[in-house]
Amino acid sequence: MTARGRTTAFAAATLVVSMAASVLLLRHIDEMRPKGNIEDVLYLSSPKVIKHASLGFNGLMACIYWTRAVQYFGHRHFEHRGSYKELAPLLEITTALDPQLVPAYEFGASFLAPAPPSGAGEPKRAIELMEYGIRQNPENWRLYYDLAFVYYTELKDYKHAGEAFERGSRVPNAHPFMKLLAAQMQEHAGDFQTARLLWQSTYESSQQKEVKDNALEHLRCIKVDEDVMHLQSAATAFQKRTGRPPSTMWELITAMGLHGIPVDPDGNPYVMTVDGRIQVQNPDNFSFITQGLPVGYKRSERPKFHVNP
Amino acid sequence: MNARIAYIASNTFREAVRDRVLYNLIAFALLLSAAAVLVAQISIGIERLVVVNLGLTAVTLFGIVIAIFIGIGLVSKEIEKRTLYTVLSRPVRRWEFIVGKFFGLAGTLVVNTFFMAIGVFGALFYVAHKFTATDAYILVALYFIILEFLIICSLSLLFSSFSTPLLAAIFAFALFIIGSFADDLRGFAALSHGITRWFATAAAYLVPNFSALNVISAVAHQQSVGAQLILQNTLYALFYSTMALSGAVLIFERRNLK
Repeated sequence: MTARGRTTAFAAATLVVSMAASVLLLRHIDEMRPKGNIEDVLYLSSPKVIKHASLGFNGLMACIYWTRAVQYFGHRHFEHRGSYKELAPLLEITTALDPQLVPAYEFGASFLAPAPPSGAGEPKRAIELMEYGIRQNPENWRLYYDLAFVYYTELKDYKHAGEAFERGSRVPNAHPFMKLLAAQMQEHAGDFQTARLLWQSTYESSQQKEVKDNALEHLRCIKVDEDVMHLQSAATAFQKRTGRPPSTMWELITAMGLHGIPVDPDGNPYVMTVDGRIQVQNPDNFSFITQGLPVGYKRSERPKFHVNP
Repeated sequence: MNARIAYIASNTFREAVRDRVLYNLIAFALLLSAAAVLVAQISIGIERLVVVNLGLTAVTLFGIVIAIFIGIGLVSKEIEKRTLYTVLSRPVRRWEFIVGKFFGLAGTLVVNTFFMAIGVFGALFYVAHKFTATDAYILVALYFIILEFLIICSLSLLFSSFSTPLLAAIFAFALFIIGSFADDLRGFAALSHGITRWFATAAAYLVPNFSALNVISAVAHQQSVGAQLILQNTLYALFYSTMALSGAVLIFERRNLK
């Protein structure tokens, strides 16, 4: 090897070793230093100031702030932290920078509205965000749909949910199910049928994979809730009739005139406890079920990331 | 364009290429590729928006930096290397030298923007898997960005015709930033009274209005840009560039080069 070649090889090796050493050292230094609460700091909290500071490149800044909001929420959600105090300001800055950034309203509201640990537990701010989005994009029927969803799922405010569906149904090119949902809210707001219709329409009308997956999961859970309630009421009727709970699942289904034990959407048969309670075999596989859970059940995993529509 | 201007322009372009100005395309390509691949993993629902916003913003900023740093050196470097005397000793007028330099720099930026545009559309196809008719609006935004470059090139030449490269760079950057706030300056003028209003209004019309040429957010949301705006912006950029270039010629014609 020539002298020049040796120098090159030595310099290259030194460069690689130094770089690796500096990275390793920095990792150690990070571990030694106390972790600051940097995620909760918004150095600039005024949307107007940020808008001006972006030199007219508002669109890119909005994308950056939206990504920050997603990361902020996702990080805390997976770490099971209950506080999301910078989420609403981040979303306000994002939508002030780019009022047409529809995903920030759609997903932002579903981050804000649900109670912790699934969300920030701020349904009122979610509604404010959606109303701002509707004022900025009055021709987008999906925003009315999402607003209604917040009223329906988080506040159980079926009157306002119905009004939001009704307002959205008047938007040109609104999906026909908006009118149907508006009517359904007035008559059968709390029914499984209505919930199924809502999630079915979400699944069919959305282009986003995350939204579709979430809708599908809700539909699975509605099926479980419905099945369990149906079996449970049959078990209660059996007890009233015979003076004792059914001793086995087979005894119950025979009394119901069924030919086999009903199964959950994963194909696992429902089970009955000794005191006649109907349960699912694997409650962890159904993120949103409210029926069929074992007594004192707590989810063993961190909550799964599921957003509303 | 006469032959002498064309010759100076082509030499300016060749010099810029020799100076490895087009290497910025590599950084641009890396930036866009990383954005296109990563954004889907770290954000939700804005893949297309990020590619368009980031792509067009990067085209603008890379171009502005090139326009300023090449533009400010176009005259001073020729004086420093004493090549200007060789050029002017031939039958080349001083104004032809300035105009030739302007077209050379503008040509460099157009070529640079062309390759960057290919990158933007490539990244867009990667994230969206198809093109739609509304993607054509991106071409309008790119055209407006080129108009911005024409203004900045002419301003860089204007400042470099009478100032040092450092000061010329500061002046040009300052005008770019002020020009981005042109709408606010106009709003401030409308709220002022008396002599302040007069000065603010004069300043608002004197600085280049870059905010009118920035339609990146609109095209990212697939909104069309009106034909009237395209026409008026074209005329505005041409007149403004001509104005700054005329100023550069006036100063350079009277400059003592001894």
